[in-house]
Amino acid sequence: MRKVAAMGKPETALSPDQKARKAWMGLLAKSDAALLAERMVEMADLPGFEWLRRPEVGGVMVRGRMGGTGAPFNLGEMTVTRCSLRLATGEVGHGYAQGRDKRQAEQAALVDALMQGARAEAVREAVLAPLEAAQVAARSARAAKAAATKVDFFTMVRGED
Amino acid sequence: MYVAVKGGERAIDNAHAWLAEERRGDVTVAELTVPQIREQLALAVNRVMTEGSLYDPDLAALAIKQSRGDLIEAIFLIRAYRTTLPRIGHSHPVETDKMACDRRVSATFKDVPGGQVLGPTFDYTHRLLDFKLMAEGEVPEAVEAEPRIEPTPHVTSFLNKEGLIQTEAEGEDTPPDLTREPLELPANRALRLQALTRGDEGFILSMAYSTQRGYGNSHAFVGELRIGKVAVEIDIPELGFAIEVGEVELTECETVNKFAGSKVEPPQFTRGYGLTFGQTERKAISMALVDRSLRSKELGVEVSNSPAHDEEFVLYHCDNIQATGFLEHIKLPHYVDFQSEMELVRKMRAEIASASAKEAAE
Repeated sequence: MRKVAAMGKPETALSPDQKARKAWMGLLAKSDAALLAERMVEMADLPGFEWLRRPEVGGVMVRGRMGGTGAPFNLGEMTVTRCSLRLATGEVGHGYAQGRDKRQAEQAALVDALMQGARAEAVREAVLAPLEAAQVAARSARAAKAAATKVDFFTMVRGED
Repeated sequence: MYVAVKGGERAIDNAHAWLAEERRGDVTVAELTVPQIREQLALAVNRVMTEGSLYDPDLAALAIKQSRGDLIEAIFLIRAYRTTLPRIGHSHPVETDKMACDRRVSATFKDVPGGQVLGPTFDYTHRLLDFKLMAEGEVPEAVEAEPRIEPTPHVTSFLNKEGLIQTEAEGEDTPPDLTREPLELPANRALRLQALTRGDEGFILSMAYSTQRGYGNSHAFVGELRIGKVAVEIDIPELGFAIEVGEVELTECETVNKFAGSKVEPPQFTRGYGLTFGQTERKAISMALVDRSLRSKELGVEVSNSPAHDEEFVLYHCDNIQATGFLEHIKLPHYVDFQSEMELVRKMRAEIASASAKEAAE
């Protein structure tokens, strides 16, 4: 199975820092906007920032594979909002969020920038950890309901003896 | 011939005002909200996303509200909105073998790793109206069991091990995109699959059904049907690596057909593939059957003159927005066209009348 993770580079070619950033950006993109906003309130004294790219809503063409494993084809688009900003302290943050919520993209970019600075640990604890916990909980709740609908086959004994 | 006609403006404005009032209906009944539609009419939302070709449940729900539940009108609204979006990029192909499955069934193998998981299905219900839903009632809670953590492998991978099923040709080429370039024939499979995913559910269903009934005979088994969420990853040029930008719910269907073999291929099973947004399994199964049917030529099996074997027939008629645009335009004013036709019919009648008068006189 091909596993081309990053710009043609295999997953293993990423540095630990890149892997970590990839993980938090993905987490923020898939997060619940309301929960992210609620967690950001906890972050006091956020530094000022300037926009490098204001939030814009766009489409990403989602691709599938023929037969699940073959050559790619275009399935259809999804909405994504992105933006980039630079903190007063110099760090550049990129924000991506599924859907059309510009506030969510802005907060994702802020967190991305903060995670590169001195407050990374505090941000991880106050924002990223609760977002991850919420995603894991939602995912395992669905998996648990699915598991309850798994068929347990048994064979009826038939015949004379 | 087209001639500009004026004078309808006031009537049009008033018609639209009345439309807005009718959309709301009886004001003593609570108004529907977009979140209510998104949560409680989710399968309509899924259809609008699939055929509108844009995954955004909130927008699809809004379109359904605006269109008063006319799903093709809602799909039209989504298609129109989609054209206004700048294209950020394209994703890496989604990895459906890593899907978090809500549902996963196989009609070909009883015992498969991961098992037969029914999920929230209408199957095995009695299709009796449930009058309890007319009253506000308690929602029964879904039962939970020990969740499966590891990914669920594709069923066809088991047939693959024995070499009994055709393997899918790999390739990383950029697939054609019919939203960027007009659909031209002959189409390759990537283009056909894109068109079928966007295609009208009713049309694709009927095409698939026709192959089952004998028009381009093929007997398909559902090797696997799965529904669940997959992550969508795109390259971020400014970072030099890819990130997940979201996750989408998909329905995937793989069908298998017996194939007697050809000069170059031994007898084996061939595949049909369906992939759609949301929980849309009727569409995904239909799509897989039609995909397989349209592959007949490349597989070297008999191609009949049945509609489902005719790429041009299927691909040029499956899009309900194109179809409805052409069909419904005939209700718009054609006064001048029709006047010329009327002149022509009068002239023809006059000619016949004078000819028979002349005949009678002779």
